[in-house]
Amino acid sequence: MRLQHAPVVPWADSEERVVKDLLIKTSELSKTYVMGEFKVHALRGVDMEVSKGEFIAIMGASGSGKTTFMNLLGCLDHPSSGSYLLDGTEVHTISDAELTRIRNQKIGYVFQSFYLLPRTTALENVELPLLYCNKCNLHQRHEKALSAMRKVGIEDRRHHFPNQLSGGQQQRVAIARAIVNDPVFILADEPTGNLDTRTSLEVMAVLQQLHSEGKTIVLVTHENDIASYAERLVTFRDGKIISDVLNQNPHNALADLAKLPKLEEED
Amino acid sequence: MSIFGIIRIAVKSLARNKTRTFLTMLGIMIGVAAVIAMLAIGQGAKKIVDDQINSMGTNVIIISSNWGSQRSGARPAAGSGQLLEVADVEAIRDRVEGVLYASTIYNTWGRMKYEGNNWRTGIMGVDADYFFIRDMQAEKGSLFFSSDIENSNKVCIIGKTVADNLFGETDPVDKIIRIRNIPFRVAGVLKAKGQNVNGNDQDDIVLAPYTTVYTRLLGQHWRNMMIMVSAESKETINVVQQDILDLLQSRHRGTTSEEFSVRTQTDVAEAANKVSNTMTILLASIAGISLLVGGIGIMNIMLVSVTERIKEIGIRMAVGAGKRDVLLQFIIEAVTISILGGFLGILLGFGAAEVVGKSMKWSVAVTPWSVVLAVGFSCAIGIFFGWYPARKAANLNLIDALRYE
Ligand SMILES: Nc1ncnc2c1ncn2[C@@H]1O[C@H](COP(=O)(O)OP(=O)(O)O)[C@@H](O)[C@H]1O
Ligand SMILES: [Mg+2]
Repeated sequence: MRLQHAPVVPWADSEERVVKDLLIKTSELSKTYVMGEFKVHALRGVDMEVSKGEFIAIMGASGSGKTTFMNLLGCLDHPSSGSYLLDGTEVHTISDAELTRIRNQKIGYVFQSFYLLPRTTALENVELPLLYCNKCNLHQRHEKALSAMRKVGIEDRRHHFPNQLSGGQQQRVAIARAIVNDPVFILADEPTGNLDTRTSLEVMAVLQQLHSEGKTIVLVTHENDIASYAERLVTFRDGKIISDVLNQNPHNALADLAKLPKLEEED
Repeated sequence: MSIFGIIRIAVKSLARNKTRTFLTMLGIMIGVAAVIAMLAIGQGAKKIVDDQINSMGTNVIIISSNWGSQRSGARPAAGSGQLLEVADVEAIRDRVEGVLYASTIYNTWGRMKYEGNNWRTGIMGVDADYFFIRDMQAEKGSLFFSSDIENSNKVCIIGKTVADNLFGETDPVDKIIRIRNIPFRVAGVLKAKGQNVNGNDQDDIVLAPYTTVYTRLLGQHWRNMMIMVSAESKETINVVQQDILDLLQSRHRGTTSEEFSVRTQTDVAEAANKVSNTMTILLASIAGISLLVGGIGIMNIMLVSVTERIKEIGIRMAVGAGKRDVLLQFIIEAVTISILGGFLGILLGFGAAEVVGKSMKWSVAVTPWSVVLAVGFSCAIGIFFGWYPARKAANLNLIDALRYE
């Protein structure tokens, strides 16, 4: 594994990173799915802290609870037990309506299968979170959506429908949607899972760019290559964190992209 | 999020599925159109009845006897089967206060002939007062007079249709026509009244002195007599009505009030309107059922649409749509369909009423309240039938919705 060659510092030892602008703190976070007589313990007590501006990759085998954890971080689901502090809010105690508001304003979610609305233009998809907050009028909505699209380099496709876009382009639209409301952090659950190497690198480059602009990002992946672009690696197994290390030497996606053999240009 | 924003979202998603939206709308559209058209036709029927009754004349009271129906089995002897008699007319005219005119009426049918032309129509034996009661004038020639009645003269007045059919271009006045082979002199032609609202030709009629009709044209067994009276004013008409009934009872010893039918125009109108109202309610109920079916159609489609869009709902919730937003979106979609359908239905209903009116020569009338009713109803249907699918959508679990394939 390439990552192991890089110098790695265990989380507990890195004194200087602790409680510096704490954004997320989970303690004993558990999630149990009840399916009839079966109980699936997807998360069994996760303690984790995330500071503002971190870029974290969560790794682990399939079924280890990564998505479940992301859903809890993203306020898409309630934990079965434990507590979750997000940007000063005790998320596990608040009402559904407040949870909805937090989803809308504090979190940007990027999914593996994009989750764009079909038969809806890229621009309208990006505008979607803005529709559900009363803060801006039609004109401001367009402006914000366009500037988000510009940031991820997809604004020239604003009138295209999702089925007219490639996977990488769709994911960029999804990222634009995630950042349009200027959230405090971005959650990306295997955003490159459905993409080939080149487009995966493009998406990672976009995420690294957002990170360099100060966004906090939590990314799930099971590919070490992808994880190597993050600054901190958290590994899950059976619903628990088994390792939490810093990646002192994160790769640069743009540089790696340049190293790829050039595509034969047809046209 | 604001209600306008949700309306925008709802309208957009309807626009994304134009065919389905239109097909769903069709149910409501036809339902509303049916209700509007049925109410308009019903209203038209009422108007027809009203017009017909008003065309009888002003402040008219119609008197007939119920002899036959009251004493079935004890049929009257030939020629005397009639409770009413001509002397009653004299008595009403002389002794009841507030009576302007009164006329005996005998109705019969007959074939008439002038040279080679034949025609068959209704013949009325009337008093000279009848012309005043019905407000009739002669277009050509003259009406007949009291003297003609006293002398049982064989004169008649013919309507324009009869004149056209028997005479064509010839001037009928003072010509002799043969009614049931009995020669009558044509004294005049009535001023044309045209068709009534019902499409019946009011000019297809022959009037003759009742005395002549009685002696010359009526059979021995059917001498059913009617009396038509015109009261002086609307205000006194009910008093006159009662006085006539009292008078008739006192003149015919041993009869009950049931044996006479003394009805004012209003009575006739009310009876007729009862029938047409019942018809209207019946028709509108049937139309209402189709509206209900349209509403169930909306619910059906909305349920399908919720299932089809579970993922979309999940995505919307993930980016910040609350339960209320989703609930409202689906209700507004349903209401938009039903209001739009209702609106198109109103237009269609107007059109249908117009076509029915034209083809059946009814003056149909779309009343404003039927439009209000239809719009209100379709709005209610949208909310009622949209509620359940919308609830289903809003209560979806976010994670399950996102994972739904
Ligand atoms: N909605 C659910 N209902 C029931 N079980 C679930 C649900 N989501 C996940 N699980 C189960 O929880 C465990 C963890 O799943 P998940 O968080 O999706 O893992 P990962 O994303 O790491 O592959 C798995 O065993 C999975 O089957
Ligand atoms: Mg997963």
